[in-house]
Amino acid sequence: MAETPVIIREQQFQKIKNVLARLCAEAAARVVFLVDRDGQPIAFHGEIGEMDTTSFSSLAAGNVAATSSMAKLIGEDQFPSVVHEGERESIFISVIGRSLLVVVFDERSTLGLVKLRTKKATFAVAEILEDVARDSANQSLDESSFFAEITDEDIDSLFG
Amino acid sequence: MTFINYASREINCKIVYYGPGLCGKTTNLQYIYDSTAPQAKGKLISLATETDRTLFFDFMPLELGTVRGFKTRFHLYTVPGQVYYDASRKLILKGVDGVVFVADSQEERMDANIESLYNLQENLEAQGFDLMKIPYVLQLNKRDLPNVIPIDELSAELKQKGEPVYEAVATNGEGVFDTLKAVAKQVLTELRKG
Repeated sequence: MAETPVIIREQQFQKIKNVLARLCAEAAARVVFLVDRDGQPIAFHGEIGEMDTTSFSSLAAGNVAATSSMAKLIGEDQFPSVVHEGERESIFISVIGRSLLVVVFDERSTLGLVKLRTKKATFAVAEILEDVARDSANQSLDESSFFAEITDEDIDSLFG
Repeated sequence: MTFINYASREINCKIVYYGPGLCGKTTNLQYIYDSTAPQAKGKLISLATETDRTLFFDFMPLELGTVRGFKTRFHLYTVPGQVYYDASRKLILKGVDGVVFVADSQEERMDANIESLYNLQENLEAQGFDLMKIPYVLQLNKRDLPNVIPIDELSAELKQKGEPVYEAVATNGEGVFDTLKAVAKQVLTELRKG
């Protein structure tokens, strides 16, 4: 069977959004994302414009997966952060356990500031994600779970 | 790993298309992409070489509709089939919820199918999964070609458990959605079991 699902409650989601909003403001970032290491977008805050956030999340996860494997090949456990500096836009990715905090910033900020503010936010996010993991594990044991009530008809209806 | 967000009322699942090089994994995704309404899909991202061989992965998000008020979104990935991209294949299997094995029905690709299937088992195990327990569908692709192995023979050789088996011609879409539906259904059924 696949892994236990990750279940994010409204309150936890709101807490995550608050941390991202604060980080975005304090780091003078364009946009901040929280992404699961498997590529699932969890939340974001900031100016996304026309950006395809789903593709962005998947590629960020692929990027970290590739660099983490490269780290192992040279004898490092992993690279806890990854930086891509562009002419105008840059990306800073910080690895927090199973998740990635991704900060997109431009000339309004600096890498030093982004690193500093992200470090602080990392602890706050890690704490919320621990909560999420604990709740998700308990939820899967709860037989009266909402998902246990999904019927064959519900599933069939998705496929027209 | 399935992601359930109560705030945005979304269920996100990850499905990986696996198989030997040139078996039609990307073609499956391309067909799904071309035949899906714009509002139900995101971009199809292909990390490919200059000669259009998959280098890292192809990816597309697909929204199927709602189950009990939750939007269900499937993230479809392919792996690079060529033998020497094994490190990439391992990475893409991380957090997988369901696997489609795309077999090339041509006689001369039988060994490649078996090698890839063995590689899938090994890489799933490396990620802590068991092929015998994970949602899984076998697709026998390229049924339109002249030198294909008969279905019974191919199934007998490649079938791992009681998984659904679909004949396909991914270039014209035959069997593509049947395969996707079968794996998606298994993933959602698994979710219900908790």
